[in-house]
Amino acid sequence: MPKDGIGASTVRREDVRFLTGKGRYTADINLRHQTYAVFCRSDIAHGRINSIDTAAAMAMPGVLAIMTGADFAAMGGNPAGWHIPSRDGSAMREPKRPVLAHGKVRHVGDAYAIVVAETLEQARDAAAAVNADITELEAIVDMAAAVANPGHRVHDEIDGNLAFDWGWIEDNRAAVDAAFAAAPHVTTLELTNNRLAPNAMETRASIGDYDPGTGDYKLYTTSQNPHLSRLLIAAFVMGIPENKLTVVAPDVGGGFGSKIYHYGEEAAVLAASKALERPVKWVADRSEAFLSDAHGRDHVTKIQLALDKQGNFLALRTETLANVGAYLSNFSTATPTFLHGTLMAGPYRTPLVYVNVKAVFTNTAPVDAYRGAGRPEATYSIERVIDKAAHELGLDPLAIRRQNFIQPDQYPYTTPVGLVYDTGNYNATLDKMIELADIAGFEKRAAASKAKGKLRGIGYSTWIEACGIAPSNLVGVLGARVGLYDAATVRVNATGNISVMTGAHSHGQGHETVFPQIVADMLGVPASSVDIVHGDTSKIPFGMGSYGSRSLAVCGTAITKAVDKIIAKGKKIAAHMLEAAEGDIEFKDGKFSVAGTDKAKAFGEIAFSAYVPHNYPLETLEPGLEETAFYDPANFTYPAGAYACEVEVDPDTGKVTVESFTCADDFGNVINPLIVQGQVHGGVAQGIGQALLENVAYDAQGQLLSGSYMDYTMPRADDLPFYTVDHSCNTPCTHNPLGVKGCGEAGAIGSPPAVINAVVNALQRGGHKAVTHIEMPATPARVWAAMNA
Amino acid sequence: MDLSDSRDIKASPAHVWAAILDPDVLKACVPGCESMTGSVADGFEAVVVQKVGPVSARFTGVVQLSDIVEGQSLRISGEGKGGPAGFAKGGANVTLEPIEGGTRLTYDVKANVGGKIAQLGSRIIDGFAKKMADEFFTRFQDAVEGPDSEEEIAEETTEKKKGWFKRMIGA
Repeated sequence: MPKDGIGASTVRREDVRFLTGKGRYTADINLRHQTYAVFCRSDIAHGRINSIDTAAAMAMPGVLAIMTGADFAAMGGNPAGWHIPSRDGSAMREPKRPVLAHGKVRHVGDAYAIVVAETLEQARDAAAAVNADITELEAIVDMAAAVANPGHRVHDEIDGNLAFDWGWIEDNRAAVDAAFAAAPHVTTLELTNNRLAPNAMETRASIGDYDPGTGDYKLYTTSQNPHLSRLLIAAFVMGIPENKLTVVAPDVGGGFGSKIYHYGEEAAVLAASKALERPVKWVADRSEAFLSDAHGRDHVTKIQLALDKQGNFLALRTETLANVGAYLSNFSTATPTFLHGTLMAGPYRTPLVYVNVKAVFTNTAPVDAYRGAGRPEATYSIERVIDKAAHELGLDPLAIRRQNFIQPDQYPYTTPVGLVYDTGNYNATLDKMIELADIAGFEKRAAASKAKGKLRGIGYSTWIEACGIAPSNLVGVLGARVGLYDAATVRVNATGNISVMTGAHSHGQGHETVFPQIVADMLGVPASSVDIVHGDTSKIPFGMGSYGSRSLAVCGTAITKAVDKIIAKGKKIAAHMLEAAEGDIEFKDGKFSVAGTDKAKAFGEIAFSAYVPHNYPLETLEPGLEETAFYDPANFTYPAGAYACEVEVDPDTGKVTVESFTCADDFGNVINPLIVQGQVHGGVAQGIGQALLENVAYDAQGQLLSGSYMDYTMPRADDLPFYTVDHSCNTPCTHNPLGVKGCGEAGAIGSPPAVINAVVNALQRGGHKAVTHIEMPATPARVWAAMNA
Repeated sequence: MDLSDSRDIKASPAHVWAAILDPDVLKACVPGCESMTGSVADGFEAVVVQKVGPVSARFTGVVQLSDIVEGQSLRISGEGKGGPAGFAKGGANVTLEPIEGGTRLTYDVKANVGGKIAQLGSRIIDGFAKKMADEFFTRFQDAVEGPDSEEEIAEETTEKKKGWFKRMIGA
């Protein structure tokens, strides 16, 4: 293994430019004759647009164009990527999502006009002068009320405000209900998975650049998947032929899911650029981000677990209201269903599971995938109800988990909710966590906390998730309207250095460091001679981008497939150069050699020959050394792990501090341990944020109350402990050649229930026996109220 | 948000009632009010300039008086639009009752804000609203009873000790 190949903790090469201010983000790009766009956004949650008077604004200095929803009415809607039918077989109700609001505004922040001017200040002033006459309608904010008041509609054509009422698996429902009816013990828990704002460090930004000379459109935008955005804009929304549209996602400062989706602003700046024949630039401010980025989570769930008296799980069922907001964002229908319902078996042998999810329209910002996407909601429900059941039955929370684990000899394991886990060893990660977290020493630490007047608690979560999204065959059956393969092109240049064009997009993941490690390892070249090219549809093959912890498992595998083809081609060239049979050529340590001889050619010689082919047999050997591979995974990957969280609660104030957090994860083979560690740290920080601090709040009128960092609490360094992270217990994935599983979302999936279990444990140990649940975020006010109820 | 409080004003209910219905008094009492025109029957139009946290805006709005029980109670409702800053709307139920030495004015306000000012969050908005209400009723009290509030109404003897509203209406 080269020192910078697979398994090396190489530092991230991209950090040099990020940390020295040399990154190039969309906002850093300025084009000749550029103009500036500002969007007019609704300040009410629900209203009928009577008219929009733009005359006064158009007359203001520097104003070049104002377009409203009416100007885009003939364009297509921005579609949902998955069709989810209801239990009764009826089709998903899928209202058109226009580029700009037309007819009605449906949430605070819903954009109804774009104003373009010579300067940003002129555009802002003119946007303030656009006079929209909007009749306010009663806002539909609460999900239960939205479902209960059928006449009261977010979309006039959708009675009952439901996109779908989904049962998984509907055929199992009767058997699950029968198991509950006969069960010796049933634990019931009602909980809310709080709505989160994604808060990427870089806000969304887009520049539309139409070239009147060629008729080509170019969009610079903050996207996690430029090809997917291009496909949505070209084929669904604007009808631009794909060959006339280039989408470039340059450096992108975080996404967490919120930049997967195509947003109306992207189509609007393209259309405005065409109308003006000048580039049109828009950069969201932080308020716009809070109002208009797709939010995450927002489930209200009733979960029930049926057990025997010994704590063996017999059946599990849930009823969930999932908020989709005002419109169906691209992944919004998959997130609460096939990224959530299919995970409800967890790492356990629960034989019977039934999940019901109703997706509810409300007058709030659209809700879609956010780091973890459906799997945190599933994990939180399962891991919380297990703790409650253990408490009710007087069982140890670790023992009850262990006794229900799927065992190492049961793989491949078919769950009752449609997945086949290929591999795992949950006892191993649990044992490792028990060791690293020093569970045995907890009582001593609790006594020390007590001496300080604090209540100490410990909470666990043994999580699993399905990622490496996704096997196209399976998701096609489940309702996906796209395939979820990825692609890579490996171009060996004449002098032997290598450019790798990837469908995956790096917006914090570290692809520019990790992918070269794989190529270096396979070809025996230094990683420094390999560069990654991503984000520009005119340069990269058609891949589906980065989300769902897929980059390494799916695109990384495509890279290995392309490198395999490079090696195969290299063998042909070597056979020609060495005058040997192709079958006799071996490739090892960067050399092509004739088996059993000392005749060999270095990789660089082969590359040079490929581009200077003066004596090639042209009928059988093409010049060049460049290969593309598309890889479609055969299954999801199933990383899993065991987390322990210790908290201290201040009984006087209810303030919770996280004292320690221990993660023992199984990510299969690890390419770069340093980056994996960083991914887990980031995910756990977001999970602790969800559990203790973050919450998107709307008032009854649909006004966003948490619209700035005054009221939306992001985790800060002093809210977080030093983590203990381990990934030594690994069971390699069986269906990709690298043996890797996804790690990007794990921390955000596994951590929230560990934190809340710890808080509840602290209170129960502190004598507050009646406390069985605390909603997230467990703010001091909530914890204090629970202690003083 | 909800705000309710009461003030004891050293003036008779009739004087307080007349002051509430007088646009000039309201203009003088609403903090940041640039203009106030109209009548009880038709409602008032007002322009108010205010700074809420970091957001400065000129609100233009209409104020309606309703549920009038002469001399005893009424409802003041209104809506102001501040352009890009957002909007505020709400209503106040105001009741007057005679007490020894004057009038007790009780108000119960329900108000909503939207747009940019709503996103400032409840700490700023609630604090701002409470400050506005306090300032309004302090000014109103001063206007009705004059600066020498420690004096008993019955003992007021000279013109200059009366509040400007009293001087104006010749009470």
